[in-house]
Amino acid sequence: MGTALDIKVKRANKVYHAGEMLSGVVVVSGKDSVQHQGVSLTVEGTVNLQLSAKSVGVFEAFYNSVKPIQIINSTIEMVKPGKFPSGRTEIPFEFPLHVKGNRVLYETYHGVFVNIQYTLRCDMRRSLLAKDLTKTCEFIVHSAPQKRKLTPSPVAFTVTPETLQNVKERALLPKFLIRGHLNSTNCVITQPLTGELVVESSEAAIKSIELQLVRVETCGCAEGYARDATEIQNIQIADGDVCRGLSVPIYMVFPQLFTCPTLETTNFKVEFEVNVVVLLHPEHLITENFPLKLCRV
Amino acid sequence: MCMDNHSILPDHFSPENVNDTAKETCLNWFFKIASIRELIPRFYVEASILKCNKFLSKTGISECLPRLTCMVRGIGDPLVSVYARAYLCRVGMEVAPHLKESLNKNFFDFLLTFKQIHGDTVQNQLVLQGVELPSYLPLYSPAMDWIFQCISYHAPEALLTEMMERCKKLANNALLLNSVMSAFRAEFIATRSMDFIGMIKECDESGFPKHLLFRSLGLNLALANPPESDRLQILNEAWKVITKLKNPQDYINCAEVWVEYTCKHFTKREVNTVLADVIKHMTPDRAFEDSYPQLQSIIKKVIAHFHDFSVLFSVEKFLPFLDMFQKESVRVEVCKCIMEVFIKHQQEPTKDPVILNALLHICKTMHDSVNALTLEDEKRMLAYLINGFIKMVSFGRDFEQQLSFYVEARSMFSNLEPVLVQLIHSVNRLAMETRKVMKGNHSRKTAAFVRACVAYCFITIPSLVGIFTRLNLYLHSGQVALANQCLSQADAFFKAAISLVPEVPKMINIDGKMRPSESFLLEFLCNFFSTLLIVPDHPEHGVLFLVRELLNVIQDYTWEDNSDEKIRIYTCVLHLLSAMSQETYLYHVDKVDSNDSLYGGDSKFLAENNKLCETVMAQILEHLKTLAKDEALKRQSSLGLSFFNSILAHGDLRSNRLNQLSVNLWHLAQRHGCADTRTMVKTLEYIKKRGKHPDMGHLTELALRLPLQTRT
Repeated sequence: MGTALDIKVKRANKVYHAGEMLSGVVVVSGKDSVQHQGVSLTVEGTVNLQLSAKSVGVFEAFYNSVKPIQIINSTIEMVKPGKFPSGRTEIPFEFPLHVKGNRVLYETYHGVFVNIQYTLRCDMRRSLLAKDLTKTCEFIVHSAPQKRKLTPSPVAFTVTPETLQNVKERALLPKFLIRGHLNSTNCVITQPLTGELVVESSEAAIKSIELQLVRVETCGCAEGYARDATEIQNIQIADGDVCRGLSVPIYMVFPQLFTCPTLETTNFKVEFEVNVVVLLHPEHLITENFPLKLCRV
Repeated sequence: MCMDNHSILPDHFSPENVNDTAKETCLNWFFKIASIRELIPRFYVEASILKCNKFLSKTGISECLPRLTCMVRGIGDPLVSVYARAYLCRVGMEVAPHLKESLNKNFFDFLLTFKQIHGDTVQNQLVLQGVELPSYLPLYSPAMDWIFQCISYHAPEALLTEMMERCKKLANNALLLNSVMSAFRAEFIATRSMDFIGMIKECDESGFPKHLLFRSLGLNLALANPPESDRLQILNEAWKVITKLKNPQDYINCAEVWVEYTCKHFTKREVNTVLADVIKHMTPDRAFEDSYPQLQSIIKKVIAHFHDFSVLFSVEKFLPFLDMFQKESVRVEVCKCIMEVFIKHQQEPTKDPVILNALLHICKTMHDSVNALTLEDEKRMLAYLINGFIKMVSFGRDFEQQLSFYVEARSMFSNLEPVLVQLIHSVNRLAMETRKVMKGNHSRKTAAFVRACVAYCFITIPSLVGIFTRLNLYLHSGQVALANQCLSQADAFFKAAISLVPEVPKMINIDGKMRPSESFLLEFLCNFFSTLLIVPDHPEHGVLFLVRELLNVIQDYTWEDNSDEKIRIYTCVLHLLSAMSQETYLYHVDKVDSNDSLYGGDSKFLAENNKLCETVMAQILEHLKTLAKDEALKRQSSLGLSFFNSILAHGDLRSNRLNQLSVNLWHLAQRHGCADTRTMVKTLEYIKKRGKHPDMGHLTELALRLPLQTRT
């Protein structure tokens, strides 16, 4: 038939907050006019939780999933059954983003074991002979800025063979001294993580220095809870044997959608950490771990 | 406020002008780039779209640039990082040239990482890849030169001094010194030349090649002058090092630059020493064969600074230096350069034997390179240069010496026609100079001398190829002979010209195109007639012998079918004959009796003259008759009118016959309606006006018999 359905949200960046009006247009376009049995618009927001294989075993994880938590789900009828003319028809809509009861509008987050997603779905019902049309559009929700002021929490670190904890044969390690600091582990999510690192001395040549951003997701279910740490991204800040005594900047932007303000609820937790990873010739890998607290201001 | 999607951003837009969708897309791109794992690609991509920060905020670039500068510190390989810095400087200069701080930081950060080059990691790498340090270090130069140049551009002197001091303090700083010398202002380097020489001397031999350092210094000294008191010492220091270079390529690259310095500030003695040194280095194993461009450049520099050729050729090693150019095409190029400079700068003619010998040698080299494959343009150029030389040779009053020079030149340059032409002109000029000196009265000696000159021309002209060249030269030389009272020689020239006329081909080559030769022949003949007026008849030949001969030749010449050139020539002959019948000619050659004094208006002469006129006129009328066909009527009319005008101007219209003839011609011109009315009207007016002069009454009568035809 050639009829197409589309949803266009007003804001270019598709970002909304609790209590705001989600407005836009539904666009029906086609060469011919189209008969329909009604057009409806649904707003859905859900938290999907995955069980990790670690806690309940592989098969259990595969068959069972924890029931998704519904944050919002409401439908409005936009157009009564009728006929759309040929060409392009725009139907405006407006939705207040309210949640029922004492539920919270969590921020959009695409993770591995936790997934918080908000969608707008438009359905056009048609007669028995014609297939129903549907179109989904994701929009982003940002949580409200936190009320408390952000207190910066700088962290300095020094790494030598002596300070390492998880070492088998300390004597075999090459000598090195690496100093540095993170400007704050309490981070504003819209601003990059910053700091500095200096290789004061090292017997072995440096292969690479990287920042590994890690998400730690905790999912709870009847049988217990699982805590999993996975890598979000790895940003290299030094490539090859850097100059000794020269400070190298630590700088990493928090990726949209894959990070969100640190979140703790009764059913799940989303937390973040960063690892400063140093690779030495020939095969040594040194890591310093820093838990982070992300928030939105 | 939303902007329309189709409006274009103004040149100096601000973030407010940019619409939201564009901003969103831009922001997304920056997010994507921030997530690139590897440091070097992330750096380059972010640097390359630095300008896009303008879409998002006013301060974006000024925040981003310093951050990128710091980022480069994470690149471990010093060679990779210096090129990253060079790129950042390039982008910085383009996008935000006012953010000098960031640019300067690139330089100072680079100095901090400089020691890495001689550190273990890099040195081990070089050993692994089998690369020697002198080959590795110059790899840094392009990037370093660029960075230094960006920073030193319009930089205050204080900054340059600080940068130089910082470089001085580092060990193994030859590479830095080289870039400083390449990038900083020449004046800055030149004033500190001795300093730099000191620094160069301290550099480690096994690292950056020293001759490159001296070369860089030399390039600066070619542009700016060091303090007067240091100049000699600088040359000595530099040359001490340069002369020790073993590799001929390295040597010549360095020497070439320093020759200019030597020429600029020193005398021929020092230049000679330098040239001798170059010859010594470049002769073994024919090393010069690979360095012709540099050697050419040296010659150019020397002749650019020494315009006085007597000084130049007194430089002992100059000609031996030229001998190194053994490839013919290169040698000819060098000769051409030298000749060009000579022609440009030599003001006074010279007879200096040193110069003459040297330049003859050089011209001969150029001449001998001409063969069947030489292009016309090249031949023209070489001839021009050799002529320039010939024109500058003068032995003053010693004309005999001058003539023998021309004789020698003729045998040396026989393959270039323009040179031979020049020589003929020069010899003619010599004859006229002699005449001037003798105030027109030749002694026995000078008469013999001018006869020798005339003979020179007479012998040389037949060896030329161009037919009109020969014709014109015969005429010209005949005139010179006449002026010098060499009557029989003049006759010989004119006879030779006349006998050459039948050989004029239908088409001649002008500038590569074939064109009909008729108009050139007409031009030549008219010129010839003007000369013939004053050529006295030879007592042993008949009256107007030469004119008759010429008429015969013209008669027999195959003219174009539809051309009227023959008739135009006959008309000119009529003018000549009419002029010849005068009692006194309008012009004469000094001390030559022309026909007017020879015959003194003798009736026999005049009768012969008349007879010739009648013959010619009959020819003209014959021809007019043949033009009675349709296509030719216009020609007939205009030729008729022109004949009429000739008669009017040169003929005596008191004669009835001429009078009647002119009336007939007038009618003929108008008969078929082809005449231009305005011309006819004007002509009639002219006749009437002239008729008013005393003794011209017959013209008024004539005018009455010349009706104007109205166009119906």
